[in-house]
Order: sequence, then structure tokens, then C-alpha cells
Amino acid sequence: MADKLKPHTYERREVLALAGTGVIAVAGISLFPVTASADAAAVSKAVMKRIGDKSTKSGRITLELPQIAENGNTVPIGFEVDSPMTDSDYVKAVHIFAEKNPSPEVATFRFTPANGKAKVSTRMRLLKSQNIVAVAEMSDGSVYMVKKAVKVTIGGCGG
Amino acid sequence: MAKARVKVPKSVKKGQAFLVKTLISHKMETGLRKNKKTGKKIPRKIINKFVCTYDGKEVFSSDWHPAVSANPYLAFYVKATKSGPMNFKWTDDDGKVTKKSVKISVSG
Amino acid sequence: MRKSYQGIWTLAALAVAFSAFAVTGFAGEDKFGKYQVGELRTGYTYSTPETRAMQDDDFDNPAFLWVDEGEALWNKKEGKAGKSCASCHDNASASMRGVGARYPVYNKKLGKMQNLEQRINQERTEKMQAKPFKYESKQLLGLTMFVRNQSKDMPMSVSIDGPAIPFFDKGKKFYFQRRGQLDMACANCHVDNPGNMIRANRLSQGQSNGFPLYRLKWQKPGSLHRRFRGCNKQVRAKPYGYGSDEYVNLELYLAWRGRGLPVETPAVRM
Repeated sequence: MADKLKPHTYERREVLALAGTGVIAVAGISLFPVTASADAAAVSKAVMKRIGDKSTKSGRITLELPQIAENGNTVPIGFEVDSPMTDSDYVKAVHIFAEKNPSPEVATFRFTPANGKAKVSTRMRLLKSQNIVAVAEMSDGSVYMVKKAVKVTIGGCGG
Repeated sequence: MAKARVKVPKSVKKGQAFLVKTLISHKMETGLRKNKKTGKKIPRKIINKFVCTYDGKEVFSSDWHPAVSANPYLAFYVKATKSGPMNFKWTDDDGKVTKKSVKISVSG
Repeated sequence: MRKSYQGIWTLAALAVAFSAFAVTGFAGEDKFGKYQVGELRTGYTYSTPETRAMQDDDFDNPAFLWVDEGEALWNKKEGKAGKSCASCHDNASASMRGVGARYPVYNKKLGKMQNLEQRINQERTEKMQAKPFKYESKQLLGLTMFVRNQSKDMPMSVSIDGPAIPFFDKGKKFYFQRRGQLDMACANCHVDNPGNMIRANRLSQGQSNGFPLYRLKWQKPGSLHRRFRGCNKQVRAKPYGYGSDEYVNLELYLAWRGRGLPVETPAVRM
């Protein structure tokens, strides 16, 4: 292991994660040029733009992401919302945000009771390791939110 | 027109929520890249909307931003009601549309 | 001060121990199934679970968007002779089975090795009197992947006997020859360091059994020669041309080096 460890006490989790990624390099190819990233404040703003001035609760929506994304331009993401999906109780929309992308919005998914299940899989582009935020709007006006971190490998010797 | 693929089960039971898989070839040019030779920005050109209609109504749709990967893959569920076509529509930034239709066979 | 350093070395030792697991995600060392033959391991075994999952499903694998086009081309009449591939070769799943596993092949008329892309183009120009396809065009990628996919899971078995001998030797020499400003040979990464990290990428054995493949980095499929060019550029060496003798000979050497590994075309790699 030639990876340099910085002189501070590492959590075992961190070391294992680093071992897996071999330390995330900085430069290298990128779909996005070196621009400022969105960050948490921008995400909050983007979320508010979508759902208005509502408070969000945690629970009901789960996110599925890889532990380490081998390439930031194709990161699989899945989510599922716990909902009966009946005419009176269903998921209206789910919005996905990426905190450290050049702009936070990834996609919005609009459901109807005709879906039967509010479960989706897709693939997204991530500039770097960051938090992904998913917000679910329910038919009764309530809003649920989940946040999950994903590590993104950038800067290899890919050719 | 971009190439699209759709996968649905051969047959489904009425009331069952079945998996629909879609895939379409598209660069999804973000608008952030620069032409290495000229230094000019390569303009954004992505699919920004996906719509699925079935049994006479729009059952599912999605708004996409440049953070959606190239050759976008999207899988979702639909509840089986009647046998008939399920239609898919992908719309580009410039209004170009790609359509695909598959037959849903519902039993019971 | 000392205490925190001690802690770091303990954690580092643990990290080394655990990184072997992190590398493969497979339970146990020799359990790569069909993707390992003796000491040989395909790039699949160095990929993350998500990348592998993308390859495992023929629908989820984006390369099949191009394979579908390849299949359509197989059946399309083109050129002055008014033929399609199917006109002579009928059903590809029967006629092309095994073909992708034994290329590159010595071509007597050309007096040198010929790879699958070149053979497809030769058929087009000579038999169909149609225009050849350009390297990395969606048509050539699609057709090459479609043809090679008919040999999926069959063991690579290229011939390096008889007339192929001098070309094999050239390819092997290329593989071990240092080049470029970084003065590196293919072997330095793929023989000396598979499994290790090069910056933030994990090195594989550099096997060719899955090409042409969908590369996440390229966001589309690409040929083996595209990969060669990338590798050469990365060590700051001037790359050779697509379909160049140097690369076809190298392709022969790689095919021999990976003999026995299953054809995975179209694979998915990072």
C-alpha cells in the first residue's frame, strides 16, 4: 500500500474506503470543467424551488447507490418510496439532487397511482464524491427526504 | 432519431406492477465541455423529457438534466390494467422526438 | 505523537489485508468462475459490482444499442453486388460462431495478420462491393460486436503457428518494449502490476477478450485499437494508427496471452 496516509487518526471505515479507492486523485479527465460546485446551500435552494416552503421529514424513501463509483460519468442510482400507490395515497414526484455537481438538479420523476410501485433505477453523472439528496412529494402534500454519500473515482490512467 | 430499446415482461397478470426497462442512445452533451482545439463551448444537447403512456393516459414521466448519464437507462414500474400498447416518448432540447411502442399482454 | 502513528500503521496493515477483498468483491481468491482460467483473469474480475451488473444483463448493457444496429446491418443489402452479410453467411448465430474467438488470422493474400474489423471491411469491399466502414464508426463497432458476440463464452484460441510466427514475435516484442516519455511498456502495468492502483484506477491484466466493449469513460463502445492508442498516449508515446500492422500484431499477441479466456464481447469496463 503506497498510498500516503495523512497524519491524523483515521476511522477504520475511512481507511477501508480509501483502500478500496486508492485515494481519490484530483486532476484527470472530466465531463465537467473545473467549475464551482453546487454544495449543500445550493441544493437546499433547488429543493425549495421544487417543493416550496415545506418542511421535509425523514423516512419512507430509500436510496440505492454504489459504495464506490468506478467512473463518475455513469453512476447507477435507485430509489424506492414506501407508498400504497392508491388513488388517495400515492407518490406524486421524486426529485434527485447532487450536492457537489456544477448544478444540483439531476432529474425529477413524476408518478401516478397507475405505477403500482414508486421504484426507479437510472444512471447519473457525478463530478466527485458527494451526497445525493432525494426528495419525495406525496399526494397529501407531505414531503420526505433522504441523503446518502457516494464515493466517486476520478483521475486514473485510463487512456 | 436515436436508437431506443424497451423491455417488458412477455405477459403480466391484471393488477400486477411490472418492471419496464428503457434505454436510449444519446450523448447527453452537458454544455459544459469545451472543444479542445477551438476552445469554444460545446452547446448543450440532451434529452430533457421522458413520457410513458398506457391505457389511454400518461402513467409516468421524467424531467432530465445534464447530470443524467449518456445513453440514458431508466427502469420503473407500471400496474397492469388492459392489454394494449405502451408508448414511450423521449424529447430533445431542440424538440426532436424519439418514440417507441411495445405491446402489453395482460391475463386474468 | 507516537501513539497516533502506531495507530496509523495498524490501520494500514488492516487496510492492506482488507484491500484484497475490496479489490475483487468475490468470496475467496480463485472463485472468479468462467472469468478466470489458471492465472488469467479477465477485466471483469477487476471491475466493481455495479460495472459487472451492467455487463451481466444484455438489456442493461448499453453496448447492445450498437449490437442491434450491427445486426440490422448484417441483414441490410448494400453495395453494387446487391448483397447483405446474410446473403452469404445466412444466420450469424450459426455461421459466425467461433469466428470471434480465433481472430486475428493470417491472410495469405495480404501476407500479414488480419483482425476482425479488417476482415469485415474486406468482405464488404470485395464481396458486396460496398464501402468499407471507418474505425470507431457506429457501423463497424456494431458489426464487429455483433459478430464477436456470436462467440460469447467460447474460449479465445488464436493460432500463432506457421505464417503467423513472425507477426506474433513482433507483437510480443511491442508488448515488452518501453516507449514514450514515461518509458513504459505494456508489461509494466499489465504483467507487473495487475490489481494495483495507478492513480485512482485499478490495473487489470489488460486482456482483450471483451473487445470491442462499452467503456464508461468513453460513454460509448470502442475498439481494442482505440484502447491501445489511449494507453500509448498516456505514457506520452506517439500512438499508431487504427488498423496499423503494429496494433494488429499486438492484438495477436494479446489474443494468445489471453488464450482460454471466454469471449465477453461486448464487455463493460470503466
